[in-house]
Amino acid sequence: MELQKKSEKYLMPAVIALWFSFLLLPFKGIIASAFLFIALAVMIPVIKNILSLFKKIQLPSINIRQYLPPDSRYYFLLLIPLSAVPFLAKDYIIDIAIISGIYIILALGLNVVIGFAGLLNLGFVAFYAIGAYSYALINTNLGLGFWSAMPISVFLTTISGFLLAVPALRLKGDYLAIVTLGFGEIVRLILNNWDSFTNGPNGISGITPPYMLDISLGSLSYYYYLVLFFVTISIFIMRRVHASKIGRAWVAIREDEIASSAMGINTTFYKLYSFAFGALWAGLAGCLFSAKMQFVSPESFTFMESVLIVCMVIIGGLGSIAGVVVGAIILVFLPEVLREVQMYRMLALGAGLVLLMIFRPQGLFGGKSVSIGS
Amino acid sequence: MYLLEVKNISKHFGGIKAVEDIDFKLRKGLILSVIGPNGAGKTTLFNCLTGFLRPTKGSITFMNKEISGLSPDKITRLGISRTFQNIRLFRKMKVIENVMVAQHSRTRSGFISAVTHSPVFKKEEKVIREKSFEYLELLGLGAYAEKISGSLPYGVQRRLEIARALATEASLILLDEPTAGMNPHETEEMMTIIKNLMELDKTIILIEHDMKVVMGISDYIIVIDHGVKIAEGIPYEVRNNPMVIEAYLGKETH
Repeated sequence: MELQKKSEKYLMPAVIALWFSFLLLPFKGIIASAFLFIALAVMIPVIKNILSLFKKIQLPSINIRQYLPPDSRYYFLLLIPLSAVPFLAKDYIIDIAIISGIYIILALGLNVVIGFAGLLNLGFVAFYAIGAYSYALINTNLGLGFWSAMPISVFLTTISGFLLAVPALRLKGDYLAIVTLGFGEIVRLILNNWDSFTNGPNGISGITPPYMLDISLGSLSYYYYLVLFFVTISIFIMRRVHASKIGRAWVAIREDEIASSAMGINTTFYKLYSFAFGALWAGLAGCLFSAKMQFVSPESFTFMESVLIVCMVIIGGLGSIAGVVVGAIILVFLPEVLREVQMYRMLALGAGLVLLMIFRPQGLFGGKSVSIGS
Repeated sequence: MYLLEVKNISKHFGGIKAVEDIDFKLRKGLILSVIGPNGAGKTTLFNCLTGFLRPTKGSITFMNKEISGLSPDKITRLGISRTFQNIRLFRKMKVIENVMVAQHSRTRSGFISAVTHSPVFKKEEKVIREKSFEYLELLGLGAYAEKISGSLPYGVQRRLEIARALATEASLILLDEPTAGMNPHETEEMMTIIKNLMELDKTIILIEHDMKVVMGISDYIIVIDHGVKIAEGIPYEVRNNPMVIEAYLGKETH
């Protein structure tokens, strides 16, 4: 028994090391392979021991919520420093701030579906794409400006969210995730291949920036205020909906669908509602994106984008509005900060995510409770 | 006048007859117990009554309205509510929020008033919060209102489920093994709670294995075995029915 344990402890790393060195053999030759073999065979037991040490350490549980102001109205004060940003920061920072604003709106939308209603949607980027493209097409073909084209394209996106949900909501959990993932890819492929309508992989250019009283909002600092305005609106609406019977119904469905239908909640209706309501914000974010870039192409709406938005929601803490906002900001800014380390930045980002999930699986702001208003 | 009339309902899963031709009538303000060995079809019967399963045949009339085949949420809105054998709370929500969810169908305000915080919305939220608290007090849960429901002790969770079922403002409450896994003291408390519900003008159907509870509080008992009703009557009659003794203890062989 003892012998078996010992041999397992040292034999398995040796086998794993052998495998990796074998894989390396055709690329780097026998000497490099031998080095890799020795390094792995020694390192794996060491790492295992370190990890088992980690398990013994009890991390103090930090409740971030207790450091936040008790009354949500204080958050409006944040608008003061935020409005000063265009006067103080470089164009580069303002640009990233605009992008993170767009992602905040997107992530808040996905948070309705995943965080509140508990439905895993891996194709959320599809709604972002529909919003961006419908705005681009309406703007370039019909010549409508931002303020008239935006409501139309938001409406279209909401409808598309509803239409996807009708067949998809027969499925649960993993199956729903796969269907939504497929939907995301379908939308991207249609945009990529329907040359006569979407101009295919070349994308649509010449989209006009928003105007207000004949002033173009295309410059960075004006656009920053426009995005800040929409982010404020979306957080405000999101908080209020979350603290109403609609939000309660969503969370109840996430917690226990059967029990919530026994409480008189029409679960089908509220799941459709969450899909459509989530898509609405993706539509708005899409409009803001295409009006900012003045160019859209299918390349901006790949599966990786969906994954990124899901990460934002999970990092912040499922179902927490403040958390999702912080998650979105972190995931937009971090790659920029990590530009220093060039090719390793995606690696560093990935390692950071893994560490976060090990030490704080509920996300930065996710406490034990997903509390609803009060 | 009967509150609930069940006529010949059957539920078949493929070739298995989980419930076969069961009928009973229930007057307002009574406690009806459904008993039988494990796997007899009691919970299947509950699922048919509350819309989680569509009966293969037969009819269920509640307050003169045919309800078989309606969806669970519609049936709840008509006034039948239930608890679950394996507790199904909204575990990450606060206790008070659990009960507020049950008031869902009693509120009118929608999206617009939620976003604008209209006076109607504010008033409604206040009313359902107060009402929910009353239901909690009724079951002695007032002190737990702000706690997370998943963290509560088992017995308290059971009581919260009943509070939640009451908060739907249903007139007929279906309790699926409310004393399962409880110690004798907690069981006693539960019996008092169920009796107290009668003062609220509720009608109750109870699935229960604890014979002390069944015999102590039921007005009428139905015994089911292998999906078929094998006996019914007041507690005294059922207790002495040879068919019932056989179903529970087996047949004498000599």
